[in-house]
Amino acid sequence: MRKKRYFSRGVMFLLCLVFAVLFLLPTVLTITNSFMSEAEIKANYGMIFDTTTGGYVSKTVNLKFIPDKVTLSQYITGLIKSPDYLLKLWNSILLVVPIVLLQVAVASVAAYSFTRWRGKIRSGIFFFYVILMLMPYQVTLVPNYLVSSWLGILNTRWSIILPGMFAPFSVFLLTKFMRRIPYSLIEAAKVDGAGEWDIFTKICLPECRSALYSIAILVFIDYWNMVEQPLILLQDADAQPLSVFLSQINKGEIGLAFAMATVYMIPSLLLFLHGEEYLVEGIANSGSVKG
Amino acid sequence: MKKRKQNQSAQIDAQRRRERRRMRRQDFAQSLCFLSPSLLGVGVFFIIPFGVVVYYSLIDGVGSKNFIGIQNFVRLFQNSAFLMAARNTLHFSVIAVPLAVVLAIVLALMLEARIPMKSQFRTFFLSPMMVPVASVVLIWQVLFNYNGTINEFLMLFGTDKIDWLQSDYCQWVVMILFLWKNLGYNMILFMAGLANIPKELLEVADVEGASETYKFFEIKLRYLSPTVLFVTILSLINSFKVFREVYLLSGDYPYEKLYMLQHFMNNTFRSLDYQKLSAAAVVMAVVMVVLIALLFKVEDWFGKDVEG
Repeated sequence: MRKKRYFSRGVMFLLCLVFAVLFLLPTVLTITNSFMSEAEIKANYGMIFDTTTGGYVSKTVNLKFIPDKVTLSQYITGLIKSPDYLLKLWNSILLVVPIVLLQVAVASVAAYSFTRWRGKIRSGIFFFYVILMLMPYQVTLVPNYLVSSWLGILNTRWSIILPGMFAPFSVFLLTKFMRRIPYSLIEAAKVDGAGEWDIFTKICLPECRSALYSIAILVFIDYWNMVEQPLILLQDADAQPLSVFLSQINKGEIGLAFAMATVYMIPSLLLFLHGEEYLVEGIANSGSVKG
Repeated sequence: MKKRKQNQSAQIDAQRRRERRRMRRQDFAQSLCFLSPSLLGVGVFFIIPFGVVVYYSLIDGVGSKNFIGIQNFVRLFQNSAFLMAARNTLHFSVIAVPLAVVLAIVLALMLEARIPMKSQFRTFFLSPMMVPVASVVLIWQVLFNYNGTINEFLMLFGTDKIDWLQSDYCQWVVMILFLWKNLGYNMILFMAGLANIPKELLEVADVEGASETYKFFEIKLRYLSPTVLFVTILSLINSFKVFREVYLLSGDYPYEKLYMLQHFMNNTFRSLDYQKLSAAAVVMAVVMVVLIALLFKVEDWFGKDVEG
């Protein structure tokens, strides 16, 4: 019996290992390939991406992990020689940082309201938020576009920041976290004569500090990689974030694309590694729609 | 004397009621204060414009006041591009969503068994969340190009090359991408669900010599049913989001089987046919709400004996 259990555990471990390798493959490839020279990239993937002639282009595609010669030339091109990429990276920051901060701010106040007071109307509104959260982007795309054009913010950052600010996802998630704060804590503060704003800022917010962090990470990762919204709402190429620009990179500059993708991955990777526990907790708590 | 007392107590009652009503009104006002920023934003950015979309779907042109009833919808359902996109999206979701649920449960169960490097595996499985779309697309092209790595690999076994993105296999290419991207997230949800199962129940089952299959189907799965519901809904939404990658892999007009609803929306958007677009958005919203309601019902029926 025991032998059998060890055996099955071994099989599971191997299976997990295989899965893990497959899952990590694209990340690792992106990073290692970013240290290849343009010539090496061409030799490996020229078959698919090369649009120019000349130079050695291999007949088959060569998936390669380790560069023959490690070079930083792609990074130098991307970050120092052409200011375009840095500008786009700055655009990304200008879009995503306000969205994260504002969405969490609006959501925390709303979540407090959903936590503190319940009633038919409010649970109705909450349910509506859940439905709204579950709507695919294809449904909200047209409304988004309409409002932006009415408000005259089309082609400005606000056309993405404002809808992002009011996205119901954080409200939903944060409400679930806040409802776990013991009611006695709030009651005690009330007896001591604290007003609602005091209870909110001095008890609720400090109590869900980790929740706020985990939600911020989730929202950040989601918006950091957005493509559709800027494509439609920000037609001015100069204002578009790096996520969009990367996806439109010239086919002849694959090496550069890998390098810039690596650069782009750094903030989310750092957040992820630093706050993995929070992230996991955040995901785990988004786990059921009811209650 | 008695009457006066009665009168007095009635008065006190009335006062209490008034007090309570005042409190309730005050509560309501306060709750509204806290809710109003969010409610205002949601109203302006989602509810009102969606109302306009519904309105657009019922008239015969922007600016006109001609109600034409369901004619736009009839037109939509006669549109071959829409039908094809809807069919492809449905086909994709029907296969991809259950796979995303089942494989995530398998992963969660594997990590639950005491294997070494558990937390590292969790990190690895979550890592696809970080990878920018662009490099995902590049790598997928390297893998699935006609001259790509997968075909090279197949040739080692003497199999013919497959033109992955230009054949009926194309949905599988996207399916793998979808699973790769979402399994980690779903797995975390299931791990959280598994952690919520009362330990005593499983211990009792162990003592009574229940088999692993029995424990899984009769205990774990029942407790997981709310999670299954949520992951199903989430995967459904994410299966719509996969358009992003499809679009970058294959452009505006991909191989027929890959023409998804978002392609239709995007192309219609560009031609500024608001009526068609609005009708399509309304249809999608209705389908989503019906599907979600249905899933709720199924979950209610399936998990009723463990809740409460």
